[in-house]
Amino acid sequence: MDSGPTLGRIKLDRAGDSPIGERAVRSPIGLFASALVRKIHPSTALVVGLPASRVVARYNARGRRAVMPSSPHAAEMTKEDPVVNHGESTDSPPRAFARQPAGARAFRLFGDRATSLGDRVFHGLSVCFALLILVITLVMVVTLTIQAWPTITRFGWGFLTSAQWNPVVDRYGALTFLFGTLYTSLFALVLAVPLSLGVAIFLAELAPRSVRGPATMLVELLAAIPSVVYGLWGIYVLTAIVQSPVEGWLGAHFGWIPLFSGPAYGSGILAAILILTIMIVPTITAISTDLLRRVPTEQREGMLALGATHWETITQVVLPYARSGIIGAVILGLGRAVGETMAVTMVIGNGRYIGPSLFAVTDTMASVIANQFSEATGTLYPAALLELGLLLFLMSMALNMLARLLVWRFARLGDTR
Amino acid sequence: MTNTIMRALCALCCLIVLAPLAAVLFYVVSQGASSLTPSLLTRLPDPTAAHGGGLLNAITGTLVLLLLACLVGVSIGLMTGIYLAEYGRGRFAWLVRFLTDVLAGLPSIVAGLVAYGLIVVVTGNFSALSGGVALGLLMFPIVTRTIEGVLLLVPSDVREAGLALGVRRWRVIVSVVLPMAASGIATAIILGIARVAGETAPLLFTAFGSPGTPNSLLQPVSALPLAIFVDSQAPDQQSRALAWAGALVLVALVLLLNLTARLLAARFGGQRSRG
Repeated sequence: MDSGPTLGRIKLDRAGDSPIGERAVRSPIGLFASALVRKIHPSTALVVGLPASRVVARYNARGRRAVMPSSPHAAEMTKEDPVVNHGESTDSPPRAFARQPAGARAFRLFGDRATSLGDRVFHGLSVCFALLILVITLVMVVTLTIQAWPTITRFGWGFLTSAQWNPVVDRYGALTFLFGTLYTSLFALVLAVPLSLGVAIFLAELAPRSVRGPATMLVELLAAIPSVVYGLWGIYVLTAIVQSPVEGWLGAHFGWIPLFSGPAYGSGILAAILILTIMIVPTITAISTDLLRRVPTEQREGMLALGATHWETITQVVLPYARSGIIGAVILGLGRAVGETMAVTMVIGNGRYIGPSLFAVTDTMASVIANQFSEATGTLYPAALLELGLLLFLMSMALNMLARLLVWRFARLGDTR
Repeated sequence: MTNTIMRALCALCCLIVLAPLAAVLFYVVSQGASSLTPSLLTRLPDPTAAHGGGLLNAITGTLVLLLLACLVGVSIGLMTGIYLAEYGRGRFAWLVRFLTDVLAGLPSIVAGLVAYGLIVVVTGNFSALSGGVALGLLMFPIVTRTIEGVLLLVPSDVREAGLALGVRRWRVIVSVVLPMAASGIATAIILGIARVAGETAPLLFTAFGSPGTPNSLLQPVSALPLAIFVDSQAPDQQSRALAWAGALVLVALVLLLNLTARLLAARFGGQRSRG
């Protein structure tokens, strides 16, 4: 795609003609430039500088460029100009069509001339709603900050480092819950990533055709089950399993390891980790399967042509190719685990504990908000819980943003999807 | 050799991952079916009665909350989806798309806290309205991205044909593109509903739960996930039976919605390839 001709060529081609059509650029600089060029001489465009040169270059480039720029005004300038005849424009439509982007993006070429009131209103309305997304994000941050303001001013950064949570004397600190959230989520991630990768490789590469569809649907079904149902199952089934066979055996044989020390309650960090694993596996799997399928077949065929086995192809070409996207999927899973509330609340047992034992009973940020919010009286108590909510929001948003950037960079989903 | 081992390991991973699904479904069906009677769905909870009452308040509350969530989520989602698909190009659209994707991962409890700060604090009491807004906040990213994808699938010749006939652009979108994408839009709405139908955390301090059926938008209202949560914490057997029965109803609802969405999506894909 050539970048368009220079100003010099315009002077030569159209000396004496008005190079800019009447329905030209509407921006102030464009209007100024077009007025200068029209009324005085094309060379005055040099005086105005870059904006005008862009205007004139776009005008002159029509018929040569296959893909139109994103400005609606440029589309107008591609229309017929009865004054000037360009010898080069006769063969442009076939080329233009050949290189147009598919779908709705091409639509913009044709739709922007003669904008009626209805067009402008509709466009304005849709832009308003799109702006609403930005506004909603800001409103979220502002609302949480305002509601948490009493504790922000009272405790400052000490809120993050204090492990004290005492509503009676109004002393609050988030350290216990930060630990609970991070410990459970990271451990769940450690368990979930190998499982998800195995399932993703299975679904994308290894499964026979007939199994792929139903298996993918079943994994998506895992994500569809509400978290409170997982919690209910967790209370009555998982904690029972975790308590007697699992924790009992681990405590009896490996109780000297700090990881497995302490009495076996059943509910606690281990149960929360297991439930979180079950819940984040579908997230990581779905994105990873999609990414693995997007790896170009030439890569695989190249490896196979060199004599590699299927598994070697997967580990040495497919996975490294999709590596940044898969890391993004993993971070997205972490973001999901951090924010997971109900299932964790119902199996984590609700206590205060910072330490390595998996059998201990503690709380995560989300579970303490869920449990204590309805009983929170006074001003500092709800504000402390809301500050926990603000922390959770910021943490989860940061993780999600990082993850999306990684996944988009790999799959280039930003413009077209 | 490694090939076979690894193939078996991956298949094993798949089985390990699907085992909890089977376990959860099995327990929900077995425990829930034994306590699910038709009267459960038509009676209000009543701890003093012999059978412990029913789930009518939860079911009607869920319906009201889902309706409100649709109002909020679908209106924002539809217009933003139309903007991103039809007009969206450049830095602003990229930012909107990025924020929508990021907000799709919003923790549900944070959405509840935002609705609490926005509505409950201002109006002074828990209400169905705040619960609906919280659910709408969780719903709109999915609706937006799905509708954008669906509208991009509509072939551009249809739009060009409309414009060639002299129809205004907004009219082309509203009268030509949207009806063509109707089943896809319905899929998007159903997917959004399926996402929020099972959410409990945002409702804990917005809708808050109530023992009666909803009679006003500004009063607290119960919901099926809320009822399951509260009943599961209760010590008596009847409440626990109610919790399992509620879980069965909820899982059936969510699976039905997902299945409908899948069928609609398949039909939309079929229509598009034919048309």
